[in-house]
Amino acid sequence: MKIDLHTLGPLVALVALVILGAALNSAFLAPANITNVLARSAFIGLIAVGMTFVITAGGLDLSVGSMAAFLAGIAIIAMNAALPTTGLNWGTILIGMGVAILGGVLAGYLNGALVTKARIEPFIVTLGTMSIFRSLVTWLADGGTLSLDYGLRTLYRPVYYGGIGWITWPIITFAIVAILGEWTMRHSRFGRHVEAIGSNDRVARYSAIDVNRMRLLTYVLLGVLVGLAVVLYVPRLGSASGSTGVLWELEAIAAVIIGGTALKGGRGRVWGTVVGVLILSLIDNILNLADLVSPYLNGAIQGVIIVLAVVLQREKRTAEER
Amino acid sequence: MKRRSLMKAAALMAAMGIAAPAVAQDAEKKIIGVSIPSATHGFMGGLNWHAQDTIKRLGAAYPNLEFVLSTAGDPAKQVNDIEDMMATRNIDALVVLPFESEPLTAPVKAVKDAGKFVTVVDRGLSQEGIEDLYVAGDNTAFGRVAGEYFRDTLPAGAKVVVLRGIPTTLDNERVDAFRAALEGSEVQILDMQHGNWNRDDAFAVMQDYLAKYPQIDAVWAADDDMAIGVLEAISAANRQDEMWVIGGAGMKEIVKRIMDGDKQLPVNVTYPPALISSAIEMTALNFVSNAPMTGRFIISSQLITPENAEQFYYPDSPF
Repeated sequence: MKIDLHTLGPLVALVALVILGAALNSAFLAPANITNVLARSAFIGLIAVGMTFVITAGGLDLSVGSMAAFLAGIAIIAMNAALPTTGLNWGTILIGMGVAILGGVLAGYLNGALVTKARIEPFIVTLGTMSIFRSLVTWLADGGTLSLDYGLRTLYRPVYYGGIGWITWPIITFAIVAILGEWTMRHSRFGRHVEAIGSNDRVARYSAIDVNRMRLLTYVLLGVLVGLAVVLYVPRLGSASGSTGVLWELEAIAAVIIGGTALKGGRGRVWGTVVGVLILSLIDNILNLADLVSPYLNGAIQGVIIVLAVVLQREKRTAEER
Repeated sequence: MKRRSLMKAAALMAAMGIAAPAVAQDAEKKIIGVSIPSATHGFMGGLNWHAQDTIKRLGAAYPNLEFVLSTAGDPAKQVNDIEDMMATRNIDALVVLPFESEPLTAPVKAVKDAGKFVTVVDRGLSQEGIEDLYVAGDNTAFGRVAGEYFRDTLPAGAKVVVLRGIPTTLDNERVDAFRAALEGSEVQILDMQHGNWNRDDAFAVMQDYLAKYPQIDAVWAADDDMAIGVLEAISAANRQDEMWVIGGAGMKEIVKRIMDGDKQLPVNVTYPPALISSAIEMTALNFVSNAPMTGRFIISSQLITPENAEQFYYPDSPF
């Protein structure tokens, strides 16, 4: 069997980064560091898996970072408000989780409906909702920070920090969502329809695919995954503010593209997205662990790696067209 | 809910104008424009709150003063705001906290050239001599006071990590002063990385510090938002007993913990968001009193200790 180096490009880059990290600092492969990096990747990771579907269907969502901040805000407000009646127990936390997920469904539906029903460009729609969610959370927090009640925080904390041994819940959730996502994209009818719409939506329409409904569903799915990310994010610091989730959308989109999904749609690769997310968080981690360059240049290194990954994609596409 | 209380302030002002005839009622009406960055993070949130609070209070105290407050998310919007204030509200004075020095210099100079009273807050303009009044915190003292605490408290051979803010001259001034204060002591700075004054970024950087260095005795988080992220990373690694953390700016949650004698947070260094109140207040005094109000007013950075923490605690402020 011929090994396609271009398809495996992101994976090769990931392995190279791991070897580089291990060579630079022996602490890199310590279980504690691996847990940190994987758990930190989970937020962007969950969002990026959802983003893979949206982009594959030919859409885009710039609002996810602001949406995460907003959902974290309302989840915290809901839990604090419910506390006096429901008491200090998991019931209250389940309310918060429910608010985050349900809020995600509604926010995703809003984006999707504006794109499919009102027929506005996804870039414009989500640019708009991005500012709306961001200023709503700033307004809710009165410009400051929304903090979860201390008792609830202590109870909720293990959802981020706990787990089975060193494999914490965010890692487990991310793994399950990634596997389900990959399966859905490859083997389910939904995944095939999403790819068909992204590569040519007119042909998809003639093939009796309900294009608008499928598109709407990709945004709702992304909203749910943002909500799930928030469920894991809130116990970490127990707070949300106007600076929560800034630029998450770009990290998620970058991860999707690094992983080999085409920005113009039609070809989705969920496992690639997972690799892309890991590459992005490893770069950060390695730059912190090793004093390779001035911290002023961290952004430049990230930029170079993102562009390199996309260059690999481009070569693949020309090879295909030939 | 006391947000967006400008309308209320205006109403209150009108009411007080009727109720307090003793105050120079025949005095000419003066309009003071206040232009500040919007509340995008904790410190600016506090600053916005103090600005609104001060405007409400001064509007009630001086019926002949009127205030126009605008907040901007970027320098271009701030320039527009200032132009609008000049064109449509005909302001007599401008209190401005420039988003960035360079792009705001020319527009603020235009206000000054039109004969208005100009107060510049916290970030200087790139050209000297434009403003009548300059009110600012002391970034050098902010770094020095923290550095001196590290030098005087830590034993010889102690190891320290530092989290820096967003790369700016302001951050450089703080860090340089911190380094200078530690110079000649036996305290070693292991690492300095940017946490961007953000909880999540600081959390990630601190996790990596903890993975990298087996011995850390103290952390200079240089900002209370970053201190929150740092504390969380430390407790996740179960190393609370090994090190303490110094934040900065005097966030109320942190001040409260210092008041309660938290061992992990022995002290804090002020950089009060209420400096906007000093600026607005002094600008107002320029119109209602004979006191000279031109020059430079630098608010020093003080050390908050468990003993004096109470006087720095504002439970109503969002910061």
